[in-house]
Amino acid sequence: MALERSDVEKIAHLARLGLDDAEIPRTTQTLNDILGLIDRMQAVDTHGIEPLAHPLEATQRLRPDEVTETDHRDAYQAIAPAVENGLYLVPKVIE
Amino acid sequence: MQWETVIGLEIHAQLATRSKIFSGSATAFGAEPNTQASLIDLGMPGTLPVLNEETVRMAVRFGLAIEAEIGHTNVFARKNYFYPDLPKGYQTSQMDKPIVGKGHLDITLEDGTLKRIGITRAHLEEDAGKSLHEDFHGMTGIDLNRAGTPLLEIVSEPDIRSAKEAVAYVKAIHALVRYLGICDGNMAEGSLRCDCNVSVRPRGQEAFGTRAEIKNVNSFRFIEKAINHEIQRQIELIEDGGKVIQETRLYDPNKDETRSMRGKEEANDYRYFPCPDLLPVVLEDGFVERLRETLPELPNQKRERFQSQYGLSAYDASVLSASREMAEYFEAVFEVCGDAKLAANWVMGELSSLLNKEGLEIERSPVSAEQLGGLIRRIQDNTISGKIAKMVFEALAADEGASADAIIERKGLKQVTDTGAIESMLDEMLAANAAQVEQYRAADEAKRAKMFGFFVGQAMKASKGKANPGQVNELLKKKLEG
Repeated sequence: MALERSDVEKIAHLARLGLDDAEIPRTTQTLNDILGLIDRMQAVDTHGIEPLAHPLEATQRLRPDEVTETDHRDAYQAIAPAVENGLYLVPKVIE
Repeated sequence: MQWETVIGLEIHAQLATRSKIFSGSATAFGAEPNTQASLIDLGMPGTLPVLNEETVRMAVRFGLAIEAEIGHTNVFARKNYFYPDLPKGYQTSQMDKPIVGKGHLDITLEDGTLKRIGITRAHLEEDAGKSLHEDFHGMTGIDLNRAGTPLLEIVSEPDIRSAKEAVAYVKAIHALVRYLGICDGNMAEGSLRCDCNVSVRPRGQEAFGTRAEIKNVNSFRFIEKAINHEIQRQIELIEDGGKVIQETRLYDPNKDETRSMRGKEEANDYRYFPCPDLLPVVLEDGFVERLRETLPELPNQKRERFQSQYGLSAYDASVLSASREMAEYFEAVFEVCGDAKLAANWVMGELSSLLNKEGLEIERSPVSAEQLGGLIRRIQDNTISGKIAKMVFEALAADEGASADAIIERKGLKQVTDTGAIESMLDEMLAANAAQVEQYRAADEAKRAKMFGFFVGQAMKASKGKANPGQVNELLKKKLEG
């Protein structure tokens, strides 16, 4: 399956990537090359093989339910562009 | 046209852990903004999540309680979307392999019958932060204390057919998570939130209508109102020749209406994929079985036991088992007085209206179970009448004495059962009402029955309610006939 220009525009929007018009044909081509590789892999017979959730043959470690973090708000907010009353400020998200 | 409503609910229950699902930050409610947001919660590069074992235990306990298939291997996935209160740009959730699979929960309908509601799945995920849209010089304030708080999302089948059933189901889930001790159920603080998927179809039609989703309804009353409003909106829309569009709507309790949340509907495309930062969670042998042994008696089991052991009606049993605290209180009253029916009546009657009036939970009841049990014993042994008992109850609630006995003693409320004393009181009362006695004796049967009540009222008044009503009735009849 090959991607159209409109697919690439939609994916770019979902990922909040600002592609300019000149970049779109090249990006479409690159993505289609990758999809071509995936198509070849899809052709391999994987019948009866359990889908892989993670490449490592290991399972998740769990941690005890304990509070181990302390408050470092001032340090973390020192690199934020805008803060007020302990809040991070961002451009307004609703009208 | 006859319409049928189809409802499915997604309930987000905040798990009652001390720390977050993937970090060691505290989850306490009401802290100063961003003081419980660590580097992991802020989505800083170079950090890795580590799963909190308690969330796994809590989810499995829930799964066992709804007799669900447990995902012995379950996988976290990324749900990708952009919003400033979601710093990583994705929510860590579960998709293909949730920790809890298909199960079910029985709810009690108003007429006392049971209905089974299917539960599609329940999965672990993290909560997002909070956006504050008040004016910060045209900007939005972000508090990430809630980001990373563990949630169990419980997804029902579209088995619910009315707003009332929806409320009964949410109440049953609410009771269950509290019994299990996995969620505090505080809806006002957002510990339990509900998304309602609502559609209508002509009665008899198999295919579902297009549904609208009402987001984040946070009280039982609003769930009922929001759904009823949405049903009405959809029916009117279709009958006027319009079409329901699949969209997210928000319930406004002030205006009692739902409205579209997004001006331009953009199909959600979350591009889920397995989270490479988290390995598959594999529950080791015996883990689930050990948890099964720790389950308490659950609401439905308790309801059944209350019916069989105490002979309570289905309705009484379901009300009394609705919360663990209520059930414990009832059983403590029964321990003291030994009469389940009286205990049930008092807990569901006087006590519940007192708590309602005062806006108190039963744990904070001003009348303890021991006090109420002691009061009921004095009704049983005829020390006081039911009417005086209500006075004593109010005195207990007002903390006028440590026990029913102390109040009865101090206020001289002991019932008069001495026949001689009651007789002389009646003679006095009848002498004072000689004219009415004449009328009574001249009247026919039907009239007499009515007039008799007048004399009983006078007698009780004369005795300040302390004369035993049974004896008053009996003696009065004799005197009037004689």
